Amino acid sequence: MAAEREPPPLGDGKPTDFEELEDGEDLFTSTVSTLESSPSSPDPASFLAEDISTNSNGPKPAEVALDDDREDLFAEATEEVSLDSPEREPILSSETSPAVTPVTPTTLIAPRIESKSMSAPVIFDRSRDEIEEEANGDVFDIEIGVSDPEKVGDGMNAYMAYRVTTKTSLSMFSKSEFSVKRRFSDFLGLHSKLASKYLHVGYIVPPAPEKSIVGMTKVKVGKEDSSSTEFVEKRRAALERYLQRTVKHPTLLQDPDLRQFLESSELPRAVNTQALSGAGILRMVNKAADAVNKMTIKMNESDAWFEEKQQQFENQDQQLRKLHASVEALVCHRKELSANTAAFAKSAAMLGNSEDHTALSRALSQLAEVEEKIDQLHQEQAFADFYMFSELLSDYIRLIAAVKGVFDHRVKCWQKWEDAQITLLKKRETEAKMMVANKPDKIQQAKNEIREWEAKVQQGERDFEQISKTIRKEVGRFEKERVKDFKTVIIKYLESLVQTQQQLIKYWEAFLPEAKAIA
Amino acid sequence: CAGPRLGAAMMEGLDDGPDFLSEEDRGLKAINVDLQSDAALQVDISDALSERDKVKFTVHTKSSLPNFKQNEFSVVRQHEEFIWLHDSFIENEDYAGYIIPPAPPRPDFDASREKLQKLGEGEGSMTKEEFTKMKQELEAEYLAIFKKTVAMHEVFLCRVAAHPILRKDLNFHVFLEYNQDLSVRGKNKKEKLEDFFKNMVKSADGVIVSGVKDVDDFFEHERTFLLEYHNRVKDASAKSDRMTRSHKSAADDYNRIGSSLYALGTQDSTDICKFFLKVSELFDKTRKIEARVSADEDLKLSDLLKYYLRESQAAKDLLYRRSRSLVDYENANKALDKARAKNKDVLQAETSQQLCCQKFEKISESAKQELIDFKTRRVAAFRKNLVELAELELKHAKGNLQLLQNCLAVLNGDT
Repeated sequence: MAAEREPPPLGDGKPTDFEELEDGEDLFTSTVSTLESSPSSPDPASFLAEDISTNSNGPKPAEVALDDDREDLFAEATEEVSLDSPEREPILSSETSPAVTPVTPTTLIAPRIESKSMSAPVIFDRSRDEIEEEANGDVFDIEIGVSDPEKVGDGMNAYMAYRVTTKTSLSMFSKSEFSVKRRFSDFLGLHSKLASKYLHVGYIVPPAPEKSIVGMTKVKVGKEDSSSTEFVEKRRAALERYLQRTVKHPTLLQDPDLRQFLESSELPRAVNTQALSGAGILRMVNKAADAVNKMTIKMNESDAWFEEKQQQFENQDQQLRKLHASVEALVCHRKELSANTAAFAKSAAMLGNSEDHTALSRALSQLAEVEEKIDQLHQEQAFADFYMFSELLSDYIRLIAAVKGVFDHRVKCWQKWEDAQITLLKKRETEAKMMVANKPDKIQQAKNEIREWEAKVQQGERDFEQISKTIRKEVGRFEKERVKDFKTVIIKYLESLVQTQQQLIKYWEAFLPEAKAIA
Repeated sequence: CAGPRLGAAMMEGLDDGPDFLSEEDRGLKAINVDLQSDAALQVDISDALSERDKVKFTVHTKSSLPNFKQNEFSVVRQHEEFIWLHDSFIENEDYAGYIIPPAPPRPDFDASREKLQKLGEGEGSMTKEEFTKMKQELEAEYLAIFKKTVAMHEVFLCRVAAHPILRKDLNFHVFLEYNQDLSVRGKNKKEKLEDFFKNMVKSADGVIVSGVKDVDDFFEHERTFLLEYHNRVKDASAKSDRMTRSHKSAADDYNRIGSSLYALGTQDSTDICKFFLKVSELFDKTRKIEARVSADEDLKLSDLLKYYLRESQAAKDLLYRRSRSLVDYENANKALDKARAKNKDVLQAETSQQLCCQKFEKISESAKQELIDFKTRRVAAFRKNLVELAELELKHAKGNLQLLQNCLAVLNGDT
């Protein structure tokens, strides 16, 4: 059956072509395209256990989307594996490692999934059929909501639990609507797992919302004031956006950890996300080490695209930060304006009370009422300023940081390849020396090592090409998402401004006759 | 550095919208609505020049009164000369029964100058467009303050010219006509100290005098009313100021947001760059409207309240003077009784008592009329300004709405 399928037309693998594919916004078309990668191409096979090479049909230009073989794996997983399946465990058991393990050469090659040997071809085909079916159905059909923040517990051990509701018609989920309770550290844990699996091979993993020790402490301590409710709402909205972005990513959506997060009622506590835990400190140290490395690695960039893009992201980052600062100032001033308008309203009411001309007195009271309503308007507008505009910008500032991180991983990957080449050279020199010195057993050892390092060099090259390809695709997808996001949110924001003006018109139109009535 | 010179048409071209100026004109003059054109005596400030430390006003008079040598003439005056004129009214016993038009506040460009200076210092840290934008803004601010101070000086003169008694004042005529410097050097330290003590005594007196309940219901009511009103106007004026300032800050933020969006738009390579540029344009335009809203609120609300703060103080001063004369009258009565009892200097006491009585009655009579006029003026001024405020708010909100809707139509059409 699978063999009869006509592969969707693919171009020569340039990022733009990939974008065309995604035009339909169909999660599964991309999966389908990847499923049809040629088994003969060296890249995918190396990632997976051998049996998966039954990758279908159709000669496919090797460049496109081959890295998504991992996606295939998960596609199968969604069809076949229940939560209790033993096959899932190897993935899950890895949950503790990502948080702690720095990116070492061994983990640079993705597969934690190597231990998972999946995919009989039949399953594979079947899943592809089902996927294609769904592909013809609704576009990208999954909706996530984060709601109902609830304080659990007391004192410093208290935490907020959020309800995560998923509505979907995707068949990979067992139900079409379900919800679970999650706490903030669960979200961080999810991100941590996804990041450790996908970041270093070039996927742009959406960053989780930031921790805030001050904010949370206030909530824990039970301060029931407006600033802590604001904080909780800000966090809830941020968590919702985080999940929505994550599920939008076709590769991440297939990840079993993500599914477990959304579906399973009990989630093992992600303890390694605590800021001051041992793991946390180790993370900080590693980040610092990374930073140092970044400065010292000088890569021979053969592809101008990467340099260009990096520069673009750098510029974007700068401008977004500036814009964000201005919008934050606007939020602040708008709140001030609201407070001052309220104060003026009260004062005008008092003035109206003491005014002894009746008509003028009434008009002043009306003015006070109008100003009070306008104060409300300002408050609502400040809310919109913040939640729509300001948060969009801060989300993207963090996303761009993730993008930059992915570029850095590529550089590290290159470094690893370089290092392997250098080591290989050294081993060859050793062999030559041994030959001259005529030490047969040492020669054998040297030959073994040479073989070992030749393989590593090949692997390094493949990894590098892979990550470069992935990044190109990811950046294309990211740019598309960014354009869509900004357009949608900014239009919504402008509509909020429209509403404010319409309300203002209503209020002043009501007041005008009152003012004219002063006789 | 010489500031902007206001031409005869009061700088019709310099501002974005000429209506801004004419509204302002109407606004402040409308604070005293009965200052309509009176052929007998018309005064205005036709020109003004700002030099580093002082402002020079050109006071232009048109009159058919025989007191003046010509029918139309102009002189140049500075702020101190206005204060001299005002003080001469205060010190004139004959005018004790009138509300003396409050003196115009001193021209204060310090804040604006400081901002312009800071901008100059920070020139390196911003883009050329931003710098030009901010410079334009600050210059507009400077201009607005300038126009306001001109208007306030003008209103003072108009009030005097409209007052049936004050307009005949000799000092006033000298002020209008004498084309040399009046040499009224500002008060020196000694005089300022004297003033200070005078005011202290007055407020101490005020406490004593206000304790005396007035026989006349009208004045009793006025006193209670004015006391409370004055305080509340003060509060409202301060709060209105803060509100308009916040509004302006928010408008300034729109400016920066527009600039940032512009930068994002020009450096972006995807199709969103047009989007950003359109939104940037929107923010620039909407900012102008928001700044106008803030300026109009300042004019119609804050300035109105500030002016009536000063006028209500002048009215309180009138009441004080009347109370003082009442106290003098009562003291003269007591002195007369004593003199009669002792049968010594009775005639003197009688004359003194009569004078006090006349003075008190004269003040009471004119004060009553003044306070009634004050109320009429006040109600009319509030009405005019509140109506204009509402109309302007509506105009700007509608303008804003249209801008936003047009922009949204374009943006939605594109995507």
